[in-house]
Amino acid sequence: MSSPASTPSRRRSKRGRGSNPPTRKCLAQDARSPPSQKRRTDDSTSTEDLQPMPTSPPAETQSPSAADAVFSSPPQFRHSAIPLDFDISSPLTYGTPSSRVEGTPRSGVRGTPVRQRPDLGSVRKARQVDLHSDGPTEDVTTEQSLGQKLVIWGTDVNVASCKEKFQRFLQRFIDPIGKEDEDVGLNLNEPRYMQRLEEINIVGEPFLNVNCDHLRSFDENLYRQLICYPQEVIPTFDMAVNEIFFDRYPDSILEHQIQVRPYNALKTRNMRNLNPEDIDQLITISGMVIRTSQLIPEMQEAFFKCQVCSFTTRVEIDRGRITEPSVCKNCNTTHSMALIHNRSMFSDKQMIKLQESPEDMPSGQTPHTVALFAHNDLVDKVQPGDRVNVTGIYRAVPIRVNPRVSSVKSVYKTHIDVIHYRKTDSKRLYGIDEETEQKMFTEERVKMLKELSKKPDIYERLSSALAPSIYEHEDIKKGILLQLFGGSRKDFTQTGRGNFRAEINILLCGDPGTSKSQLLQYVYNLVPRGQYTSGRGSSAVGLTAYVMKDPETRQLVLQTGALVLSDNGICCIDEFDKMNESTRSVLHEVMEQQTLSIAKAGIICQLNARTSILAAANPIESQWNPKKTTIENIQLPHTLLSRFDLIFLMLDPRDEAYDRRLARHLVSLYYHSEEQMEEEYMDMAVLRDYIAYARGYVAPRLGEEASQALIEAYVDMRKIGSGRGMVSAYPRQLESLIRLAEAHAKVRFSEKVEIVDVEEAKRLHREALKQSATDPRTGIVDISILTTGMSATARKRREELAQALRKLIQSKGKTPTLKYQQLFEDLRAQSDTAITKEMFEEALRALADDDFLTVTGKTVRLL
Amino acid sequence: MPCVADWLNNPFSIVQGIFAQNVPNSDWEKKVTEYFKEKLKENNATNWVPSLNDVPVHYLKPNSLVKFRCMVQDMFDPEFYMGVYETVDPNTNARVLHFGKYRDVAECGPQQEIDLNSSQTITSERQTFYCVPVPGESTWVKEISFVTELVLSYISASQARVSPSTSYTPSRHKRSYEEDEDMDLHPTKQKEQHMGNNLCCGSEIHGCVEPKRLETEASAGHHLTSPNCSPPLDLNFPLPGEKGPACLVKVYESWDSFKVNDVLEVYGILSVDPVLSIVNNDEREGSALDLMECMDTAEEQRVHSPPASLVPRIHVILAQKLQHINPLLPACLNEESKTFVSNFMSELSPVRAELLGFLTHALLGDSLSAEYLILHLISTVYARRDVLPLGKFTLNLSGCPRNSIFTEHIYRIIQQLVPASHRLQMTIESMNRSRLIPHKDYAANRLVSGVLQLASNTSLVIDETQLEQGQLDTTGVHNVTALGNLITWQKVDYDFSYHQMEFPCNINVLITSEGRSLLPSDCQVHLQPQLIPPNMEEYMNSLLTAVLPSVLNKFRIYLSLLRLLDYSISEEVTKAVEEDFVEMRKSDPESVTADDLHRTLLVARFLSLSAGQTTLSRERWLRAKQLEALRKARLQQQKCVNGNEL
Repeated sequence: MSSPASTPSRRRSKRGRGSNPPTRKCLAQDARSPPSQKRRTDDSTSTEDLQPMPTSPPAETQSPSAADAVFSSPPQFRHSAIPLDFDISSPLTYGTPSSRVEGTPRSGVRGTPVRQRPDLGSVRKARQVDLHSDGPTEDVTTEQSLGQKLVIWGTDVNVASCKEKFQRFLQRFIDPIGKEDEDVGLNLNEPRYMQRLEEINIVGEPFLNVNCDHLRSFDENLYRQLICYPQEVIPTFDMAVNEIFFDRYPDSILEHQIQVRPYNALKTRNMRNLNPEDIDQLITISGMVIRTSQLIPEMQEAFFKCQVCSFTTRVEIDRGRITEPSVCKNCNTTHSMALIHNRSMFSDKQMIKLQESPEDMPSGQTPHTVALFAHNDLVDKVQPGDRVNVTGIYRAVPIRVNPRVSSVKSVYKTHIDVIHYRKTDSKRLYGIDEETEQKMFTEERVKMLKELSKKPDIYERLSSALAPSIYEHEDIKKGILLQLFGGSRKDFTQTGRGNFRAEINILLCGDPGTSKSQLLQYVYNLVPRGQYTSGRGSSAVGLTAYVMKDPETRQLVLQTGALVLSDNGICCIDEFDKMNESTRSVLHEVMEQQTLSIAKAGIICQLNARTSILAAANPIESQWNPKKTTIENIQLPHTLLSRFDLIFLMLDPRDEAYDRRLARHLVSLYYHSEEQMEEEYMDMAVLRDYIAYARGYVAPRLGEEASQALIEAYVDMRKIGSGRGMVSAYPRQLESLIRLAEAHAKVRFSEKVEIVDVEEAKRLHREALKQSATDPRTGIVDISILTTGMSATARKRREELAQALRKLIQSKGKTPTLKYQQLFEDLRAQSDTAITKEMFEEALRALADDDFLTVTGKTVRLL
Repeated sequence: MPCVADWLNNPFSIVQGIFAQNVPNSDWEKKVTEYFKEKLKENNATNWVPSLNDVPVHYLKPNSLVKFRCMVQDMFDPEFYMGVYETVDPNTNARVLHFGKYRDVAECGPQQEIDLNSSQTITSERQTFYCVPVPGESTWVKEISFVTELVLSYISASQARVSPSTSYTPSRHKRSYEEDEDMDLHPTKQKEQHMGNNLCCGSEIHGCVEPKRLETEASAGHHLTSPNCSPPLDLNFPLPGEKGPACLVKVYESWDSFKVNDVLEVYGILSVDPVLSIVNNDEREGSALDLMECMDTAEEQRVHSPPASLVPRIHVILAQKLQHINPLLPACLNEESKTFVSNFMSELSPVRAELLGFLTHALLGDSLSAEYLILHLISTVYARRDVLPLGKFTLNLSGCPRNSIFTEHIYRIIQQLVPASHRLQMTIESMNRSRLIPHKDYAANRLVSGVLQLASNTSLVIDETQLEQGQLDTTGVHNVTALGNLITWQKVDYDFSYHQMEFPCNINVLITSEGRSLLPSDCQVHLQPQLIPPNMEEYMNSLLTAVLPSVLNKFRIYLSLLRLLDYSISEEVTKAVEEDFVEMRKSDPESVTADDLHRTLLVARFLSLSAGQTTLSRERWLRAKQLEALRKARLQQQKCVNGNEL
C-alpha cells in the first residue's frame, strides 16, 4: 500500500477511460440525484446488508467510512446482493443502516443515512495503513471492547470522553452576551446549540455550525483537540450530535445525518502565517476567491467486475489513487477486473483558489494564494471576487516526480479541505458569525482608544493627525475628520421616507496646487474601503456597475464600480469638474438616497452605495476668481452642489505669519528623518483604529438640549436672510447640521449629542458657508448661491433688467419685430450701469419665458 | 578542509558533511550559512563565483555555486518541502537520513524508497521568488562587473595558488585580460564569443558541456524543446526586448524582508534538474483524473514550473539587498568603504565641472539645463511623509527639437551615465497599445509585468516629442494616468483585477517635450540651444567617443554616490529661508507659492549634494534661488514668444 508508484501503467489506462466524457456526465448526475431517490436506494441496500464482505483486503475492512455506499448508488443496486463492507468497530460507522425492520417509517438515527465527509477523509487512510505496516498497534479504540483509556492512534483523543464532553457542551453551553446576526429568535439564556438543533429539525438543513470560540470558552481541552486532530474529532462530534438529535426528535426526517461544521478556529487568520505546523490542523483564514474550477466528480469508490466470472468488488480511493485489483479473488484470473463507471461512486468536488485579502498584505509584496477543495454541498457556493472566511483542514501531499522513478519532488502540494465558508461581505453563507470588526480590536487596544477619547483635546489631536504633511487648513481637516466618522444611521422606512443619509459629503474647491489631491490621497489611504477615482478618467459605468456576460458560463455577472465598492467607505473623486454630465448625474441618487439603481441587460436592481463623497474641483479659469461665486467658478450644477454638506475653498492665504509658518513647515520636511516625523504625530494606524471603532460602536442620539440648540441654530439661519427677503437655509442644511453634530459626538465616543457638538457643527458649517456661499458682489453669505445657483442679488438684478427691457420694447410702440443689435444698444444707452451681452441675453430669455417675445437669429419678434 | 573547487563546484558535498556531523540538531542549517559566509569573505571570493548574469545557464555546472544579480518580479506562494527525510531500502530495511534543503528533488538511490511516513521527516517552508535581471540595466554595468570579476579573480587566483584547471573563471579570463581596456565599447556579441571560445577549453571541467551546444545557443531562448508547450514561454520581463535568464529563486530565510522590485544579489546552488521539466509534460498529458493535477491550470503549471533549462532554479544560501547596482562602487557604504568615499569626495569638484561641461555639450551648449539635469540625476526619494514622497525631482526638458534624433541621443548619454534606464516613447499608438501597469493574471496566477515595474533609481526617459494629436482609448487613459501617478506620488497601482495594490517606487522621470509636457513634473526647464550642429548624429557620437573611459567612470561613480549621502539644514539657515520666503511673498504674492518654496528647497538640496556638501549653506540657497529665477525668466520669455498660455 505504501508504494503507490508501483502501478503506473494501470493508472494511465484508467485515466484514459476516466476521461470518456459521456460516462462522466451521467455519473456526475447520478452523484447528485435528488434526496428521495437516494433514500429509497439506501433503504434497500441497508436491508440487504448482512455480513461484512470477506473478500476485501484487510486494510479496507478496517477503513472507517465504508458505511456510506448509500449516497449515490444507482437504483439497480437494490437488487444486487452486494454486501457493504463496513466495520462495526470503527467510530465512524455510527448510524449503520442495518438493523431496521422494513416497512416502518424510517426515522431516528438508525434510519438516516450517513453522508460521507470527503472534507475529512482522504489522508486519514494513509495513516492507518501506515500503522499496520508499523506494528500491531490498534489504531482505533472502540468503546465496547477496549475500555476508556485508549485513544485514537497518534492523538490523545479518547472517543468516548470526547463525545461525552461535546454532548455536554451542546446541552449546556449558554452565551448570554454573545450577539450574532442570526440570533434573532434565539433565547440567549437557553443552551444555544440545543436551539440550533431544534432549528435543524424544523428547517431540515442537516448541518450544525459550531463556533470554536464557544467551544474554547466551554472546554479548553476539547477545543485544543478539535484544532489539532480535526479529522478524528469532528466525526466524533458528528456522532455525538446525531445521538442527541435523534434522541430528541426521533421522528425527524433529514436528508442525511447531521454534520458538524466548526468555524472561527482561532489558530490562524492570515494566510501568511500558515506554516508546516498547521498541517492537518483545523484553521480559519480569510481571503478573496480568485478562481473556481468546474465541478470535478471525484471517485470515492471504484466498482470492478471480473470479465470472466462476473465477480464484483469495490475498491476505495486511497490518497487519490485507486488500486486496481490485479487478480480476481473468485476465479483467480489475472488482469480480468474492469472498472464499471456507472456503478462506482463519486462525490462533487471543486478546486478554489483563494488569495489573501489586500488588507492582510504587507506593503511591497504580492499576495499569496492557497488552494481549497470544496466538497458536496460547498461546491459552487462562492464566486470569484467573493471575500470569504474559510475554516478547514490544512493538507500537504507529496508530489511524485515521475511515476516510473521512485524519487519524489521534495516539495509538498498544499491545500485546504473546506469545512465551512463564510462570506465576509454578504450576510452569511453557512452559518452565523460575529462581525469581523469585532475581532479587529484587542482589549488593550480598545482600552487605549477609550482613554484617548477622554482627552479634552481629542478633536484637535485627531484633526492634526490627519495628513500632517499638509499645512494648516485646520477647518477643512476637521470637516474631513467628521466625514470619516459620519453621522448616525436612522431608519425612517416605516414612515415612508426610507433611510436618512448618515454620510457626510464634502467638496473642496480651490486653486490648483493647494494640495487638494494630496488630501484626497491621504483619505483614500486611510480608510479601509476607500476608492480613488479621477473625474477625468471615469465613466458612469466605472462609477456604478455594469453587467458583463461571462464568456465561459454565459452567465450575466454584475461588475461593481467605485461607488458600490466604497459602500460604507469614502469615494474620493478628484477633478470633479472634469467629469462629464452623464457621469455626474449618477451621483445625484447616490448622494441623497445612498442607493444606485441599475437597469441593464435584463438586470434591474438597486445596490447600496452608502458612501461618503470627498470631491475636489478646480476652478474653470484655472485660477479662482474671487469676484465670482462658487457656482460660477467651478461650473457645477447647483442641484449637485446642494448635496454637499460642506463646501470648502482651499485658497492661498496671503498673510505674512502664515507664510512664515508654512516656510518653516516645508523646510522641516526636507531634513527631518523619518523616525522624527513619526514621533511627532499620532500614528496613522491609531487614527484608523480610532475611526473604525467609533464607526462600529458609537451611535450617538440627539439629546434634548442638543435638539433645542439645533432648532435655534436653524431658525437663526433662516432669520439672517429673511430680513433681506431671501432664504438663507433649507431643511437640507438642518440635516447637515445634525449629521455634523452626531459625527462630532462620535469623535468623543459619546452616545449622546450635546451642546458642544452642535456648537462645533454650527461653527464648521458657518465656516464652510462663509468660504463658499459668500456673494462676491455684496459680501453677504447667501445660501441660495448653492441651492439655486444664483445669489439673491444677482437674481434681483436680472429681474430688474428684464423689466427695463420690457419697458423699452413697450415704449417703442407696436413694432412686431426688432433688430437684436439695435435693441441691445438702446438698452445700454438707457441704463446707467454697464450691461454686458450676457446680461442682455439673460433678460431676453427671461422675457421669452414669459411669452412676451421670441428670439430668432438676429431678430426679436414680439408675441 | 575542502579546497576552493569543492565549495564552488560541489557545494552539496559541504552541506552533506555539515549535515552528517550535526544531524540530530537542527543547527546544521545555520552552520551551512555560516560556512559559506566565511568562504565568500575571503580574498574577494565573491568574484570567483560565476554569475548567471554573464554566463549562459548551459555553461554552468548543475548543483554548483552561482550568483545572480536580479530584481524580484513576482513572489510565488511559499512551499513546504521535506527538510529532512528518510529513505528505506526495502531489501535490507536500512534507513538513511537525507536533507532536502537546497534541492528540488528528494534524492534516493535506485534501490531505495522514500519513507513518506517516517517520524524523522521534518517539513520546512521556503519561499519562491520569480527574479529577472535588473530591468534596463545599462550595458556598461554588465560589462564592468564582468571585467572586474575577471581581473580580481585573476589576482586572487594567483595569490591563492589554486590550480587553474579546477576553476572556471581563470581559464576564461586569459583572453579578456588584454582586452579589458576597450571592453567598454565592445558590443556584447563579442564578449559572448570570447566566452564561447574560452569555454570550449574549459569544457572538460564542466563535464556536461558539449562544444556542439554552442551553435544552438542563439536559438535556445526562442524555441522550446518540448513540443507540448506550443506558445513560447513568456519570461515576463518588465521591459520589451530584454535578454538574460529569469530565475526561480528559492529563499530559505527571512523572506519577509524582501519586497517586489527589490534588487538582490543572491548566492546559491544552481538547480537545472531536467526532471523538473519532465514532471510538467507528464502531468499535462493526463491531467484528467489525477487529484493533484487538477489543482492548477495548465497555464499555472507552465508559469510556476517552467522548464529548468529556460528558467533555472537557485537555492539561496546568501542573499542581500543591493542599494545600487553600480559595479564601480562598493556594494554598501560601510566603514570599509569610507576611504573610497573620502578619496572620491576630495576630487569631487573637478568631476562635477567636467560632468557639467559634458552635459552642456550634450544639451547643445545650454549650461542651465545641464545644471538641472545633474540635479535630476542625483535625485532620489529619501522619505515619504504620509502620502507625499520627498526628494523626487521630475524634470521636464521642454523645447526639444521635434522629429530629430536629439532626444534619442540624450537618452544614449544618460544610458552611459546611470546604471539602469529605460526610454519610453509616447505616441498615441504606444499609449493605447502597451500595458504599462503590471497586472495579475489569475489564470496563470502570476503578476504579468509592465514597463512601470522598475527597480529603484532607474531613470525613465519619457519622450513626448513624437506625440501627435489623436484619440486615447481606455487603456491609453489608464496608462497616462499611471504615468501621472508615478510622477506625482512615486507609486504604481498594480492591477489585481478585483482590487488595486499600491507599490511605492523610486524612479527618476525625465520628460523631453516640445512645449510643456502633458504629464505633471516638478520642474520645467526650457532648452535654449546655443549651437545647432549641422549633423546631430555625428556631433553626439563624437561627444561620447571623446570622453575617456576613466572619466566616464568617474561620472558614473559621482552620480551613484551622491544619491546615497545624507543631508540636513541648520536652524540658522532655516530662519534665513523663512525670512526669504516671507519677503518674496510680500513683494510678489501672485507668483510665489508654496510650490515654489518646495521646488527651491529641492534645488538647494541637490545643489548642495552635487557639490558634496551635506548641509545647506546660505550661499547654496542663494544660488538655488538664482537658478530658479533664471529658469523662470526663460519660461516667461518662452510664453511671450509663443503668445499662448502654457
